[in-house]
Amino acid sequence: MVNECNGMDRREAVRILLAERKNTLVVTGLGSPSYDVHAAGDADSTCYLWGAMGAAALVGLGLAQAQPGHRVLVITGDGEQLMGFGGLATIAVAAPRNLDIIVLDNEHFGETGMQVSHTGRGIALDRIAAAAGFAETGVFHHLDALRQLANRLQQAAQGPRLFVLKIKAENLPRSLPPRDAVFIKNRFRAHLGFMPC
Amino acid sequence: MTPTEAIPDIQAKQPTSAPIWPCRLHQVLKARAVRQVSYVPDAGHAILIDLLINDPDMTTNVLTTEEEGIAIATGAWLGGQRAAVLMQSSGAGNCINMLSLAVQTRTPLLLLITMRGQWGEFNPWQVLMGQATEPALRAVGVTVFHATTAEDVIATVDQAAGMAFEADQQIAVLIDQRVLGEKKW
Repeated sequence: MVNECNGMDRREAVRILLAERKNTLVVTGLGSPSYDVHAAGDADSTCYLWGAMGAAALVGLGLAQAQPGHRVLVITGDGEQLMGFGGLATIAVAAPRNLDIIVLDNEHFGETGMQVSHTGRGIALDRIAAAAGFAETGVFHHLDALRQLANRLQQAAQGPRLFVLKIKAENLPRSLPPRDAVFIKNRFRAHLGFMPC
Repeated sequence: MTPTEAIPDIQAKQPTSAPIWPCRLHQVLKARAVRQVSYVPDAGHAILIDLLINDPDMTTNVLTTEEEGIAIATGAWLGGQRAAVLMQSSGAGNCINMLSLAVQTRTPLLLLITMRGQWGEFNPWQVLMGQATEPALRAVGVTVFHATTAEDVIATVDQAAGMAFEADQQIAVLIDQRVLGEKKW
């Protein structure tokens, strides 16, 4: 079972969230969230991950700490964030005010055969984050609330925020970002004014 | 025998004089412009961790598991800051897949690893990862250096930091158990 409304269209959800991204720096979790963010429009200020499952939110933390003048948005999936479960405690303790995590939650491990994940068996990542001490958390079921969420993500926060978006469990045609990690890294850093060695 | 009786008193045999090398190591990291340090609490790094936490120029992150530090260091570099990760040899095993992040993106990485299971080890559970640390790190593309004396720690970390941050290398410095002194049980 997915959820009552069967979830949002993930591509449309991400497109709405990134439509007014301004100078937000984006990190994506491996798999479908990387494809969703790429489908919404490639950008130098996006760092796509193709591996290192569980890393996305923590890459976001290191980036947020290094760039306090930018908002950092991590877009990942339920399976990826579940692998970085302890990282939510690390982020809550670090308490950056410029880091937001969006979990695209289809309650399944979509890349590997659509096995039901922990979020499909009762684990609520927004409530975990709230219990850890995130400043704001929430769960969204409908696209019509996302324009408001997109605006909220541009506003200052008192600490890290995590929002769960319940999306349809489906594998859409892939929109593939570059897989060359050095290229992605150098492009991202150049966007911030840093040269390769 | 109760569990308490099974473990000899640790407190009674701790060395009383603090070693100087952690203070010099702190200065080396500062001189190399390291700005973020993450760590899993470790007796061998206890003094250094304390110095870093109290340094207003440093951002420190306490981790729930060591691989988190690899991800944070990669993010720090994406944002233009140099980072180091402190851990014990047992934690190096936790990092193996995550190290693909730094190796694949060719992100500068400086790991300072205090060794267990290597010299006068009392706890057999530490020996496996103590022996596997170097081959496991090398297997995933990390360059490994050893520091076997306190003096060696300073020079080795200094040049390792240069290689990491100036040449985009992923480097681990293994701090020999002899530098730390045998853990007294």
